[in-house]
Amino acid sequence: MHPIIRTILQRLGLGLLTLFLVSIVIFSAVEFLPGDFTEAILGQAATKETVAAFRHELGLDQPAHIRYFDWIGSVLQGDFGTSFSGRSASGVDRSREVVELIAPRLMNTLFLAGMTAIIAVPLALFLGVTAALYRNSLYDRIVNAGTLSTISMPEFFVAYILILLLSTIFPVFPSLANIAADTPLIERVYASALPSLTLTLVIVAHMMRMTRAAIINLLASPYIEMARLKGLSGRRVILHHALPNAWAPIVNVIAFNLAYLVVGVVVVEVVFVYPGIGQLMVDAVTSRDIPVVQACALIFAATYILLNLLADIISIVTNPRLLHPR
Amino acid sequence: MSSEADTLLEMRDVRIDGFADEQWHAIIKGVDLTLRKGEVLGLIGESGAGKSTLGLAAMGFARPGCRLTGGEILFDGIDLMRASERQKQRLRGARIAYVAQSAAAAFNPAYRLLDQTVESGIRHGLLRPEEARAEAVELYRAMDLPDPEHFGDRFPHQVSGGQLQRAMTAMAMASRPDLIIFDEPTTALDVTTQVNVLATMRNAIERFDTAAIYITHDLAVVAQMADRIKVLRHGEEIEEADTETMLSAPQQPYTKSLWAVRSIRKQAEGNADKVLELNGITATYGTRPVLKDVSFDVPRGRTVAVVGESGSGKSTAARVMTGLLPQIAGTVRFDGRDLPPELSKRSKEDLRRIQMIYQMADTAMNPRHTVREIIGRPVRFYFGKTGREADARVSELLHLIELDDSFLDRLPGELSGGQKQRICIARALAADPDLIICDEVTSALDQIVQDGILKLLMRLQKELGVSIIFITHDIATVRAIADEIVVMYQGGIVEKGPKQDILSPPHADYTALLLSSVPEMEVGWLDRTLAEQGQAAS
Repeated sequence: MHPIIRTILQRLGLGLLTLFLVSIVIFSAVEFLPGDFTEAILGQAATKETVAAFRHELGLDQPAHIRYFDWIGSVLQGDFGTSFSGRSASGVDRSREVVELIAPRLMNTLFLAGMTAIIAVPLALFLGVTAALYRNSLYDRIVNAGTLSTISMPEFFVAYILILLLSTIFPVFPSLANIAADTPLIERVYASALPSLTLTLVIVAHMMRMTRAAIINLLASPYIEMARLKGLSGRRVILHHALPNAWAPIVNVIAFNLAYLVVGVVVVEVVFVYPGIGQLMVDAVTSRDIPVVQACALIFAATYILLNLLADIISIVTNPRLLHPR
Repeated sequence: MSSEADTLLEMRDVRIDGFADEQWHAIIKGVDLTLRKGEVLGLIGESGAGKSTLGLAAMGFARPGCRLTGGEILFDGIDLMRASERQKQRLRGARIAYVAQSAAAAFNPAYRLLDQTVESGIRHGLLRPEEARAEAVELYRAMDLPDPEHFGDRFPHQVSGGQLQRAMTAMAMASRPDLIIFDEPTTALDVTTQVNVLATMRNAIERFDTAAIYITHDLAVVAQMADRIKVLRHGEEIEEADTETMLSAPQQPYTKSLWAVRSIRKQAEGNADKVLELNGITATYGTRPVLKDVSFDVPRGRTVAVVGESGSGKSTAARVMTGLLPQIAGTVRFDGRDLPPELSKRSKEDLRRIQMIYQMADTAMNPRHTVREIIGRPVRFYFGKTGREADARVSELLHLIELDDSFLDRLPGELSGGQKQRICIARALAADPDLIICDEVTSALDQIVQDGILKLLMRLQKELGVSIIFITHDIATVRAIADEIVVMYQGGIVEKGPKQDILSPPHADYTALLLSSVPEMEVGWLDRTLAEQGQAAS
């Protein structure tokens, strides 16, 4: 077996192990949440018997470790359980499957993240490479200062400025991102323009600065000097000789930012009333809807682990020492 | 004088500044240089003399932090001081090529060797890709590289240092340049490898009638390669003459002093009780064996030189003795007592009595610690001295290494290479050790500075009676200071014994090869040696 494949399988195994450990952490953390769903629903006046019956129905009377294994066992079979919400003290059960609740929201989030990534990653790479190529020039300074100021502002502030500029003063894009499952693609893109732009401004700086730094870091190496002494143009030196050796740090930062797009954008969702998974999780925490909280947390963890794994694998594959052992 | 038409490169009153300590300093202070077509000029001097800077200026190139400030550089009539960047790019890699000191660092790790070899030829539009590839294979063959048809399919990390250096010469040759700048191309190689690389490089430049500037600090090497030699010091020319004249009758005192280094000749002493005995040491890195059944003794108060090329296991032996790499078999017997293999099981006293000095003094010292802290730490750690008592001891140690109290509050960055290594010696002495292991301690230094360090070590040994293990690949150093010699090759011992026995015939095969590969300062040594080694091999 090629050592690369073995390394990748190893990493994959480690990723799964991490995910398993994280699931324990998530479960315990939810255990420690103050308050209780039954009390939240039934109110203080409920009799002990009603509470006990309700808890029994939800399985909350089982010991923690049994509930954990029930939960993780079902998750492994793709069943994230049933949401608590929709139940009421009167015994009417309008609760829905967690998957049914999360799936459309997750799709929305992934759509927004994907759209942002398609704009932000190439933009950041382009800015980073050109800033490195013309380093210390006016262009470099403007790019640096510009990206630094957008990252320095809180994201909701960036969002409101964009709304003010592009929705109020110049009404180009809608300020509310109303999308539903059946919204056509073009409209979806149009509606998501401002949130996507906001997120782009938030994440571009980090990736651009890492690209620039990673390339400039290599410019002092003897093989770059050699490339120059071979009479190659500045562009070829950077793109052909420096960039391929700079992927590892750049890819890691990209992965980090993509993960953020999935798991950390609740503020932007709130500002634009975008129906993403972040809002869903916050709502679920408020209403003590434990199955939904756990499912969201697990999805977030899996996103992080998966993207980092991908970054690791790309770093390995772009390193010829590992790809072509002696 | 030659006719004007013959002149390939003409540099007149070239001045180059470098930026350091927040201001510009002159690195090259008005140097003239003339090179005829097909001629090889040796550029020699200590590090910091400005050799590389001048060599690169011949390509119209200044490293970041340097700038060309004055003079004229005419390459085949083209004024490189006034040429546009585009014009210079067209010359570089096409008519002027560069061979760097460390081929391992100068090849891009991301690409196969062939792609890098043909790059300049194709990019400059000199050759079509398929022509360039065929040409490269021919050059690999001319450079004696193994399996030339497929050699270029490998990545830089997949071939040895000597092969890489030859591949880089092939890369420089690929576009049939008129001029090649060789910047210390064999300094990073073992002597046994160096001989072959030198020979292939010289054959190649002769065959294609290429002019070359050969930069080195090694006189013996330049004597084999150059038609003329120019000596540089502190950015100024000391003198220039044809090779034979320069070797036989140098005019300037500085040049004579360069020629006269390695005047030290320690009379070997025998007969002393053993301070350290290695018995059947076997050690591995992971599963890879690096030492196989290594045994030798170190007599008290004597110097044992461990010689061999890189990868022979010399430094690994030092790691075993100090406990950094526990052996899997064999014993380290110190002063009549077996030492535990693991560092953590050795007592403080055991640690104190064996000290180590490293090759790179730069990286062996914390750059944010002052000399007082660096030397003071072992004084406090082993002897519990603090305050005035510790200061007194540090000051005493400084005097021992021929420096004074003005160095106490300096940082390593403010010291010269030789001074840094002296501080490292003082730090080792601070523990008042029985045995000091010196791992290539002079390899990174200029010859004159090396001499100073070696004299110091010998004086200290005489005064303090300390035993020294001196790990090196440099036979001249061994000749100078050893009492006994251990020759290592591929993790085993080839030969060991008193200096005069090892250095005089009959030799073991490998020792003979090693000794004959050390360049000597006379014209024609390379040809003679190749002939002799060829005979011995057949």
